[in-house]
Formats: sequence, C-alpha cells, structure tokens
Amino acid sequence: MMKPGCKGRRALVIFICVNLRSFADNSFLRMTNFLSDRIYRDPRIARIAFVALGALLLVLPFLVEAGLGRTWVRILDFAMLYVMLALGLNIVVGYAGLLDLGYVAFYAVGAYFYAILASPQFGLHLPWWALLPTGAGIACLFGVMLGAPTLRLRGDYLAIVTLGFGEIIRIFLNNLNAPVNVTNGPQGINMIDPVTLGGAALTRPMDLFGLTISGAHAHYYLFLGLTLLVVFIAFRLQDSRIGRAWAAIREDEVAAEAMGINTRNVKLLAFAMGATFGGLGGGLFAAFQGFVSPESFTLMESIMILCMVVLGGMGHIPGVILGALLVTMLPELLRYIGPLQQELIGHVVVDPSDLRMLLFGIGLVVVMLFRPQGLWPSPVRARELKPDNPDQVHQEQEALYDAER
Amino acid sequence: MTPSVSPAAGAAPLLACTQVTKRFGGLSALSDVSLSVQAGEIFGLIGPNGAGKTTLFNCITGLYHPSCGSVHLNGTALTGLKPHAVASLGLARTFQNIRLFANMSVLENVMVGRHVRSNAGVLGAVLRGPRTRAEERSIRERSLELLDSVGLAGRAGEQARFLPYGDQRRLEIARALATEPRLLALDEPAAGMNPIETQALQDLLEGIRGRGVTLLLIEHDVRLMMCLCDRVAVLDYGRKIADGVPAEVQRDPAVIEAYLGAGAAAGGEDGLSANERK
Ligand SMILES: Nc1ncnc2c1ncn2[C@@H]1O[C@H](COP(=O)(O)OP(=O)(O)OP(=O)(O)O)[C@@H](O)[C@H]1O
Ligand SMILES: [Mg+2]
Repeated sequence: MMKPGCKGRRALVIFICVNLRSFADNSFLRMTNFLSDRIYRDPRIARIAFVALGALLLVLPFLVEAGLGRTWVRILDFAMLYVMLALGLNIVVGYAGLLDLGYVAFYAVGAYFYAILASPQFGLHLPWWALLPTGAGIACLFGVMLGAPTLRLRGDYLAIVTLGFGEIIRIFLNNLNAPVNVTNGPQGINMIDPVTLGGAALTRPMDLFGLTISGAHAHYYLFLGLTLLVVFIAFRLQDSRIGRAWAAIREDEVAAEAMGINTRNVKLLAFAMGATFGGLGGGLFAAFQGFVSPESFTLMESIMILCMVVLGGMGHIPGVILGALLVTMLPELLRYIGPLQQELIGHVVVDPSDLRMLLFGIGLVVVMLFRPQGLWPSPVRARELKPDNPDQVHQEQEALYDAER
Repeated sequence: MTPSVSPAAGAAPLLACTQVTKRFGGLSALSDVSLSVQAGEIFGLIGPNGAGKTTLFNCITGLYHPSCGSVHLNGTALTGLKPHAVASLGLARTFQNIRLFANMSVLENVMVGRHVRSNAGVLGAVLRGPRTRAEERSIRERSLELLDSVGLAGRAGEQARFLPYGDQRRLEIARALATEPRLLALDEPAAGMNPIETQALQDLLEGIRGRGVTLLLIEHDVRLMMCLCDRVAVLDYGRKIADGVPAEVQRDPAVIEAYLGAGAAAGGEDGLSANERK
C-alpha cells in the first residue's frame, strides 16, 4: 500500500510537527529568558559571558568555514550587515514606536551614494573612509526629509506613507538613467570600489602572519567592528534622556508632549538616527557586493528587516540581534531542503525555494501566535504583551487610550 | 483658610484667561470664560459634568487652541503655542484619565518630566562625557526626591501600570512637578481615592503650594475644594457663573441653582450634601 516516498514525506511532516510542538513548549524561550535574567543580575557571569562571546566572535569565521564552508562566511557577513540595519530600524520602531515600512530607502541611499562616487559610473573613485560616513550623513538627511511630512500621522497611516516613500526611492533609482545617467537604471552600477586596507582591496585574500584571510573573512571583521559600534550607540541612546523621550512618545504621545517633550523634534531624531545606520549599512553593502541595483531595495527587504525587529523583540537590542541573525540564516539553512528531499525521497518533490518561503512564513506565524512579544523581548516588554491580569489591560485601555485630542 | 496672597487689584496674575471660547462644531464647550489666578494661591475650578472644565485645561495647556480669546502665563501669551512649549514656560498638568507612561518604571516616568529642564543631545548621550553623566545623575536624584515627596520612593523600580490607582495619581503629580512648573494644573486628582488618601492628597497639595507652586485644581469633591482653595470659579454649560472665595461662592444663588441644584435645596442626599454642613 505504502509507496516508498510516503515514508519520507511522513518523516518530514513529523519533523515539522515536532518542531512546532517545541516552539509551543517554549523551553528554548524560557531558557533565553532565564539566561538574560542571570546576565542582567550577576555582573560576574556577565563578564565571563562577554569574554566568551568575544573569543567566539573572533574565531567564528574560521569555525564556520571549517564546518560549513566559505559560503557561510559570506552569509555571516550579510548577517552582520542586517544586524546593523535591524538595530537602526529598531530605533524608529522599537524605541519611538513609529511603524516605518520604507526603511530600505535609507539603505538604498547609502548604497547608491557609495556606488556613484566610487565606481566607473562617473569615473569617480573617492575613498571609502570618506564615503561611508558621508553616506550615513546623507541618509540621515533623507531620514529627516522623509520623516518631516509624516509627523502628524500615526499607526497605520504612517506605515502606508513610509511604504510609499520606500517605493518612490526605488522607482527613482530605477528611472534615473535618463536624461542624465546617474544610477544606470535597472542594470545597476557595477565594479564598485571595495574597502581597501593599506592599499590592498579587502575583497582579495590577504596573508597575515602566515594565515590566509579571504575577502569574506576580512569583511567579517570590518562588519563586526562596525556592528559593535552600532550596538554601543544603540545601548547608549536607549539609556539616555533622548531614549527616555522616545519611550515616552511610544507610550503616550499626548502625555509626552504635555511633559515638555518636543515630539516633532524627537520623532525626527528617531528617523534620522535610524536612517544613519541604514545609510552606513548601504555603503557597506555596495562596497562588499561590488554591485548595486534597484532590485536589492524592494519592499520585501523593508519587511524582512521589520521581521527581524519584531521577531527578535522590539526595543530589546539582544533580541533584535537574534532576530537579524535568525532571519538571515534560517532561509539559507532551508536551502538544504532540496538535497534533503533528494536524500529522503529520491527526487525533489517541492521546489526548495517555494518551500523555503512557506516554512519561513509558517515559522513567523507560529512565533507571533505563541510569542507575540518576540523571541527575546526585554523583561518589561514581555510583561506588556503577556499581562498577568486581564483586568489590568482593560483598565489600562480605558485609562490611557481615550485621547483628548 | 486665609489666602496667602489676596488678589490685590493691580497685581499681575500668574495665569490670565481672557474670554476663552471653544467650539466643537455647533457645541460651545466654553463661552467667554475669563479668570485670573494669582501667584501662590490654590485656585479651584468646579462645575457639573460636561461643564467644560477639562476643555479649559486643554485650552490653557495648548492641547486645544481656543476658538476665541487668549491665555497668558505671567504676561506671556500661550495662544498658538504647542503643549511642550507651554510646559517649558512653567505650566504642567495632570490628566483626568491618568496618562502615565504605563510600561516605564515609576522612576523613569518622573525622569521624563525632567526632559524639559535638561539638554543632553545625541552626541552627549553616545559619548556620555562628564557633563552628561552629571546631568543624568542630577535628573535621577531630583526624580527620587520628588518620588519621596509624594510618598512613592519605595516603588521607584516598579512598572507604572502596576501601581494602585491612588499611587498612579500621585505619580502623575510627581511627574508634572519634575518639569519645575510655576503653575500646576490638576484635573480631578482625588478621583477614585478613598477618604484617607484624599486627606493625604490635601496635605500633599498644601505642601506643594508651600514650595511656591501655584495650583489650579479641578475637583468634584466639594468638601476638599472648600477647605483647600483660596478662590474658586464655577463653570456651567461652558460659562463662568461665579468666582470668588469659597464661602461666598457657596452662597451664590446662581451656583446653588445651577450646580448644587435641587439636591441642595431639598436638604441634600447626593454626594454634595457634605457641603451643607459647613
Ligand atoms: N474633543 C472634543 N470634541 C467634541 N466635543 C468635546 C471634545 N472635548 C470635550 N467636548 C465636549 O465639551 C463639553 C465639555 O467637556 P469637558 O470634558 O470639558 O467637561 P468637564 O467639565 O471636564 O466634565 P467632567 O466633570 O465630566 O470631567 C462636553 O459636552 C464634551 O462632550
Ligand atoms: Mg473633565
């Protein structure tokens, strides 16, 4: 009765079900909570954890290359890049509570700024160390420009308008090849200068103390350094007068304004800071990839970055980092589904790229069902979305959400 | 109850509302309301539900813009200013429906109130130099002091929304005080409090006045208003129908008619009967 293929398919279904169960079981999630609690409380454990983490981060690309191959080092590089982007978006969405669906626009601005000024497109080859910070600065200006008209909008309306802005930038880049060819249209800009170190391009393998460091490895360390900088800035901002002002407008804009917070400026600042990180990421992307085209800056990209923030835990830096790593790595892992099917069933039944997105989507839905606060939320947020007492929510809604405006 | 500052003719008022009118479509929530609050006094605003008291607060604090008329704080026109500008000029308020930053800690709520009296920017926050650290420390210390003064020092680390109702109201007062107001406008601070809490609130408000902050107070608890306020104004259907020291206002026929209503005339079994014992 049973065809040979059936067994394999059965196994796959069971595999998925077990996975879902374990999600529901939450034991992994409880563990992360437990760990983070311990780390927050005990400075000694925190120190040991930091040293261990530092050592791991230093040797990670070598471990990954040994275990999974060179491609995975590149994936790791991209993961770092996305950590930066997600932390940038987290300032807007997580700290200030402004739903921005056009975040990729700033990524695009940074990338194209770098590409145009360091490629054969105009024959300009400005140095990367000048272009990366100015690109971030230009993106910051764009953040203010795009933020300004949206200040009066809230919630869904803000999301739709920012989404529109994101698309406008992309379409602009797509069509800016006539009358003057600035962006080279849909073909994109090629042969972008890489980041160089002492005259040597970072993309080329380098010899260092007898150790050959590939381009992917070198970029890993560059990205790691910048990611740590971004993490540092994000932490400092969160725990400051500005961070409190962002939290206040997220909690209650009317009360924040009445307490003397210039909500317009503070919101613009959130957009500007988020955009700065986006622009930096964009510049790095252009230098790393050597090629940019409008296709890299679609709405899907914005949504993916938003997924990282929401999935990881809005407003919580470790959570957002986890989210960024998972969302970049998981789809890559799911690529192995093709070979896996080959192995189990003997032939490829479902196109891996279709299944990949399907499983990814299911994963997101499951997390949102069982863990709406994100995988690793801040202790406060965790309680916010999982209140101990339903009456409390009711009372809170009555008390806080009848706007007087 | 002797007013600490008698509204002497000629003394410039701290807060002056001149013929403030606010219309919502066809409804006039406020019509030609004029009143002046002298520095150092506790000024009460009473009136039945829907009389326009909160609307007047909103007009004063920049949340609404009056359709006509003007508001001056210490001689500066507030008309057209945004709420944050009004707050920085020294006018803080609380809300009738408590509006705390629910998911922030009690201490952080008050620290937000210090925003307007501090100035570290992004660069300061990221570099965290000596100046920023000193400022941050003073924000924290001042906020803890304020929490202590409203009796919430022990709950500084708790999340604001887990506080009991009375504590939430007092936290709102502490947060407003953190902005260093000259005039503190309180919208029904005793609402939902039991008699013991109300008594404590009365002492707290006297103490705040003692520190030189002028109070503008909306309250339905008439007994509290009568013993706390130096002067009261009565609103009814958006009009000011009386204005003066509590004892006089209480005897004003228009007030008895409009506000105390039939209950007072009949010997009072409603919540206002306490009034009669005075
Ligand atoms: N934003 C608004 N839009 C339309 N009407 C409003 C608005 N705000 C207040 N009103 C109306 O203005 C009138 C006065 O309301 P207000 O809240 O000022 O009364 P109040 O004196 O504070 O009453 P209470 O004692 O119940 O708090 C009411 O009829 C109310 O419905
Ligand atoms: Mg009211």
